[in-house]
Amino acid sequence: MSQLGRLFGFTDKTQNPERSRMIPHTVKSYEAELEVLDKKIAQMGGLAEHNLAQAFEALQKRDPRLADMVIAADSAIDALEKDIEQQVILMIARRQPMASDLRHVVAALRITSDLERIGDLAKNIAKRANAIADEAHPKPVITGLGHMVEMSLKQLKMVLDAYAERDAARALEVWRNDLQIDAMYNSLFRELLTYMMENPRNIGISTHLLFGAKNLERVGDHTTNIAETIHYLVTGQTVTEKRPKSDETSTTLHQQDE
Amino acid sequence: MDMSTIEQAKAMMTPHIGSAPQADIKVTARDVNVYYGEKQALKDVSVDIPARSVTAFIGPSGCGKSTFLRCINRMNDTIPICRVTGKIEIDGQDIYDPVLDVVQLRARVGMVFQKPNPFPKSIYENVAYGPRIHGLATSKAELDEIVMSSLEKAGLLKEVKDRLDDTGTGLSGGQQQRLCIARAIAVSPEVILMDEPCSALDPIATARVEELIDELKANFTIIIVTHSMQQAARVSQRTAFFHLGNLVEVGSTSEIFTSPRDQRTQDYITGRFG
Amino acid sequence: MTDISMEGAGAGRQRRLDVTSDAARARIRRRYRAESRFKAYGIAALTVTAAFLALLMFDILRNGLPAFWQHSLVLDVPVKADVVDPAGKRETDAIRSADYFPVMKAALDNAIPGIEGRAASKQLSRLLSTGAPDGLRQMLVADPSLIGTTVKTSLMLSDDADLYYKGTGTRVESRTSQSAATPSGLKGEVTILASSNEFAGELKTIKDAIRERAAALTNEAARVERASQGKGVERVTQLRDQAAVLAARYQQPGAAEALDGRMASVLVAINGGLVKATKIEASGITGDVLLPLKSQDEAKPGTWQVVRYLTPEADRKVSDQEVAFLERLREIGAVRNGFNWNFFTSGDSREPELAGVRGALMGTALTLLVTLLLCLPIGVMAAIYLEEFAPKNRLTDLIEVNINNLAAVPSIVFGLLGLAVFLNFFNLPRSAPLVGGLVLALLVLPTIIIAARAALKAVPPSIKEAALGVGASHQQAVFHHVLPLAMPGIMTGTIIGMAHALGETAPLLMIGMVAFIVDVPGAFTDAATVLPVQIYLWSDLPEPAFQAKTAAAIVVLLGFLFLMNGAAIWLRKKFERRW
Repeated sequence: MSQLGRLFGFTDKTQNPERSRMIPHTVKSYEAELEVLDKKIAQMGGLAEHNLAQAFEALQKRDPRLADMVIAADSAIDALEKDIEQQVILMIARRQPMASDLRHVVAALRITSDLERIGDLAKNIAKRANAIADEAHPKPVITGLGHMVEMSLKQLKMVLDAYAERDAARALEVWRNDLQIDAMYNSLFRELLTYMMENPRNIGISTHLLFGAKNLERVGDHTTNIAETIHYLVTGQTVTEKRPKSDETSTTLHQQDE
Repeated sequence: MDMSTIEQAKAMMTPHIGSAPQADIKVTARDVNVYYGEKQALKDVSVDIPARSVTAFIGPSGCGKSTFLRCINRMNDTIPICRVTGKIEIDGQDIYDPVLDVVQLRARVGMVFQKPNPFPKSIYENVAYGPRIHGLATSKAELDEIVMSSLEKAGLLKEVKDRLDDTGTGLSGGQQQRLCIARAIAVSPEVILMDEPCSALDPIATARVEELIDELKANFTIIIVTHSMQQAARVSQRTAFFHLGNLVEVGSTSEIFTSPRDQRTQDYITGRFG
Repeated sequence: MTDISMEGAGAGRQRRLDVTSDAARARIRRRYRAESRFKAYGIAALTVTAAFLALLMFDILRNGLPAFWQHSLVLDVPVKADVVDPAGKRETDAIRSADYFPVMKAALDNAIPGIEGRAASKQLSRLLSTGAPDGLRQMLVADPSLIGTTVKTSLMLSDDADLYYKGTGTRVESRTSQSAATPSGLKGEVTILASSNEFAGELKTIKDAIRERAAALTNEAARVERASQGKGVERVTQLRDQAAVLAARYQQPGAAEALDGRMASVLVAINGGLVKATKIEASGITGDVLLPLKSQDEAKPGTWQVVRYLTPEADRKVSDQEVAFLERLREIGAVRNGFNWNFFTSGDSREPELAGVRGALMGTALTLLVTLLLCLPIGVMAAIYLEEFAPKNRLTDLIEVNINNLAAVPSIVFGLLGLAVFLNFFNLPRSAPLVGGLVLALLVLPTIIIAARAALKAVPPSIKEAALGVGASHQQAVFHHVLPLAMPGIMTGTIIGMAHALGETAPLLMIGMVAFIVDVPGAFTDAATVLPVQIYLWSDLPEPAFQAKTAAAIVVLLGFLFLMNGAAIWLRKKFERRW
């Protein structure tokens, strides 16, 4: 499912053989409501993806106008979150969902919260893009950030696909791959530390870039949350493995002397 | 909100999990088959019912859950063309043993029916009848005691305390059903069977009966047949799903209603068929 | 979310209920008319039924109610000691068995003195019932000190006298005189001469009657002539001769006429006496003295009456002499009309005025008691067994079918069965309530079994299930719960069966409960009869008084039935329990 398609709320049920085999609800409106829920999640996911990509583009191209557009677009994501929350609450009251349906609506509630945070993080990146637009960006850092964004976007796309197709295996894969983003964040962290230590004049921009990288790492974490939720949705079990984390930044002081 | 909240929610669904030992089994059924003439109503049903807890039987109409329930107190004996094979034991004792006195069995295994059916006698007489015929009281004072405490346990005493001589049929539907419950517990049974006890009651009466069931399970083993999934989820600790005469799945209520193992159970619970 | 909205013709035509068009209105009118017609049919059916019922009740009551009242004479009776208690020992047996006829006669003579002649005397005595002294007898036995005194007591009248007072004898018309009259004697055959043509009117009436009779004879002759076509010449001539004789008489309006029994009687009440005319002419009569006159003086106009007994003597049971006595007794105020308690306190009798239903009532009560004691327990137990405990196999079906068949068997068959088995084989006493009860029990048993089964079936099975669920055995559940709830139905069925048995005559006739039983039965093996049989027997007897008594007994029987049905309804209401 392309990002564009997701933006327009297309969900492709044929991609999920299990879902198409399932007998529909006796009450058709119930079935329709669940479809609408998925549609909205997909839409929200698409918007988050788009905003994230655009936020980095704004940073890369030093384009304040683009940054402002991203900041404005975040309100659509917030609105969708409220809408989805509202729908879930109503469905619980009216339909008393059980078993898979219960997991479905609870998952939707959680995922929407994670997606909203991802949107906020993208907005934050855009704001920082605005802040450093006038200065020169250190190219290797930007490249590094670019890789991180690419990875994050890939993860996000995979997790949204996993949701649409109810693929627990793929969700687990996303969940495990997060350590790559963590690794990238580690190296960026050290690089920026070095940059800052080279020249105190770089501290300003480095700090913003550091926060930007942190935001991207947080996006990765939220994506793994979504992956865990999807796993619970599909299998009914919580993920029991311990997630491999390699984020050492909370324990690293400085790189240079090691 | 993270995963631990879900764990907490699950724990809340079985609140008394620490209060009674769930390990001892009260009723065991092995390979029970029931035939009505040529037609087979139940196929190879095997299940364990734990003591002092509520077990719910759910399933679509005609799936055999009521039939199975009525096997446990041998009410199916009153239907001439009904034939039961297999073994059902209560506390290790085979209840289809020819030596066993059915009347004694029915004093140990009480029953509450779908439509409240108090005797057209006074409220006192309704509750006193069982103890009287089983000789549970040796004096009027003792009988009074049994009647009062049964009505108290059924949550009806306060409402009828000053009109014990009025006829039982003059009460409201919910009160009548609670009277039937009082009547059942007056003979101090060990197991109480309830066949859709709330289906004829309004929501408030239903809630009171469910509250009663919750209190009673501390002392009695309760098996309830119900059409309402929500009711089964609310009152029971274990749930068994029947379909077309087969016992499809049995497990803890929280499991069955959040992530059942069998697709048929899933489909029934979510309202995809039934 | 799909949205069903009306968007004009494009969205599809919506069907509306047609209530305003002419076709709709016509349909509604037709329906209302059909409903009214149906209601009318129902009401018509009810009315017809009610009308028949009312007609039946009216007829029976009209015939029967008079029998509940009895006329009696209240006279001073001189209780002669030598007649009533010749031995003088005041022994009860002697008092009871004495012949009271002289005493009665004496009482009557005191009431109407001066009657001479055996025929008249006998007619006077016969006005009293043979059972007239019974009341007096009992009084004397109770209080022998009354012997020798004069006792004022009521004496029962004979059936004919009683019927006369009830208006069946004749109408009496009397006309005050307008001229003076003089009798020729005080008793025997006398002549009464009036000072003017007092009797012209009566004479004319008689002449007119004769003319009508002649005309009838002439018509009869003509008819015979036509019908016989020349063969019945003799008869025709005879008739014509008779007509001619009569014609001769009426063609002389002034001639005297002899009165006979085929005409209304003419009498003259003068000077305290009564003279029956045997010959009449315009200014006087000749006749026999029925009630002795007090004097031969001339009676002034207005002090004597011309009396007519409208029904000819030949057409009634009471002779003119008896009518005279009865009227005189009425005049002196000796006649009382009281409720006929005797009807309920006496057994059957040959004399209509003494006949009562007490024997039959006792017989009915005893018989029904035997029937009830037998068929209620047996019937209810059989019904409970068949309904609750019998295995569902061919034998049970066979029994059920046969019970239903038995309910339809004609009742006389049970009588034959009773005759063959109870009387001939078991040698039980004939005509006893025991045997009658047995036969009726057989008759009623199928009805009770069927009604009891229906009542048991009607108890909802949820009650029995509830009892079983509490741990009652099948037997306890049936006897403690199902049976009490079925009681109203069982009782109704029982009483309907009893009411049916109450009216059964044929089988009881077969086993001989038909003899004439005077004594009131006291035990189950005494000979007895039952009310329907009594009615049947009485309806056969010729005396007109028995016709009234038959209707009265029917009224009693119906009353009994209403009582039983009333009891059934009351019992049912009392024991009805809502489930």
